[in-house]
Amino acid sequence: MKIAIPVDEKSLKSNVCASFGRAPYFLFYNTVTKESYYLDNTAVASQGGAGIRAVQVIADHGVKVLLTPRCGENAEKVLSNAEVLIYKSTPGTAQENIDAFIDEQLNLLSDFHAGFHGHGGN
Amino acid sequence: MRIAVLSGKGGTGKTLVSVNLAVAAKTSTYIDCDVEEPNGHLFLKPEGVQEEEIFVKIPKVNNELCNGCRKCLDFCKFNALAYIKNKLIVFDDVCHSCGGCSLVCPEKALTEKEKVIGKVQKGTADHVTIYTGILNTGEATGIPIIKKLLAANNPQVDRLTLIDCPPGSACIVMESIKDADYCILVAEPTLFGVHNLDMVYELVKLFNRPFGVVLNKCLEKENPAEKFCLEKNIKILGRIPFDNELGTLNSNAEIAVNKNEKYRELFSSLLDMVTKEVQHETITNP
Repeated sequence: MKIAIPVDEKSLKSNVCASFGRAPYFLFYNTVTKESYYLDNTAVASQGGAGIRAVQVIADHGVKVLLTPRCGENAEKVLSNAEVLIYKSTPGTAQENIDAFIDEQLNLLSDFHAGFHGHGGN
Repeated sequence: MRIAVLSGKGGTGKTLVSVNLAVAAKTSTYIDCDVEEPNGHLFLKPEGVQEEEIFVKIPKVNNELCNGCRKCLDFCKFNALAYIKNKLIVFDDVCHSCGGCSLVCPEKALTEKEKVIGKVQKGTADHVTIYTGILNTGEATGIPIIKKLLAANNPQVDRLTLIDCPPGSACIVMESIKDADYCILVAEPTLFGVHNLDMVYELVKLFNRPFGVVLNKCLEKENPAEKFCLEKNIKILGRIPFDNELGTLNSNAEIAVNKNEKYRELFSSLLDMVTKEVQHETITNP
């Protein structure tokens, strides 16, 4: 199963990024093969809808689970359509959060913010 | 004669200046283009108000026809579309109604439908005709409302028209000033005020509009906005003092020109000054 995490740096030791749609990079981690790779987030500088764009990329990579500290309403809608489960990450590194997820220590994210850019949702 | 009143930030006195100039004139039209938070009507108190809804076109998807080529996704700069599990999803709130997705769709899977984004009101108070644009909360852009407001006033191009602009220097302000004969930039006497003045100064230069500055909230001490004007050789049209009485009138939604002789004189002479400037411009740059 493939997990995606927004990260500040291209490293398993990186902290999880505070933003999902505007994170600089995404970490993809395969829980079976334990392989990981990184992608630059093409949505980082978009004029709007960064969360929507970010989910599109994640969904296209066949991700089943997203670990993130927060997520906007529009991104949540796309994630739900893509049948990607959203777990709330805890403060710490990407690796610590992957381990916590595998140990079933993370909870599903349940609150989704309405965006910060003056749109109905972001 | 269309006079746009603008500033780089909110709260500098755009509405104060435009409302008082509108009332100081014999007859005038006041247009509130600050569609996200129009407040000129609070002072002018228009009567006989008529309303008209404003629509934009947003995409409507026919997933039977969509083949998943994603040309629409690639085109949309605002990421208002997503293609998930062989289904195209449209985010109405994120869409800026450019119509591009329908144009680029090779399968004709995208058509357009109408959506209400706000309204335009028209009313009168004494000798002032008042137009107010109101954008519904959460909509992406008020530009269609501003287009409607300004087009509605076009037949009366000779009448003195005050355009109360939105704050800042973004597209919505550009739309408000693009057909103006003159721009009044309202500035505060702070460093932050200078930064914001510089933004709109750059904008009016870019649009090649004639302009001058009104210094608002003037104190006895040094005024950084005045210094900026002197350095850049910008015409200073007038100075409004930082005055308790004016603040009180304004916070009670009163129009200073109607309540205080000193302010009637101040705004009347400002109006004369601007009128002369516009006439001068018309002669030198017809």
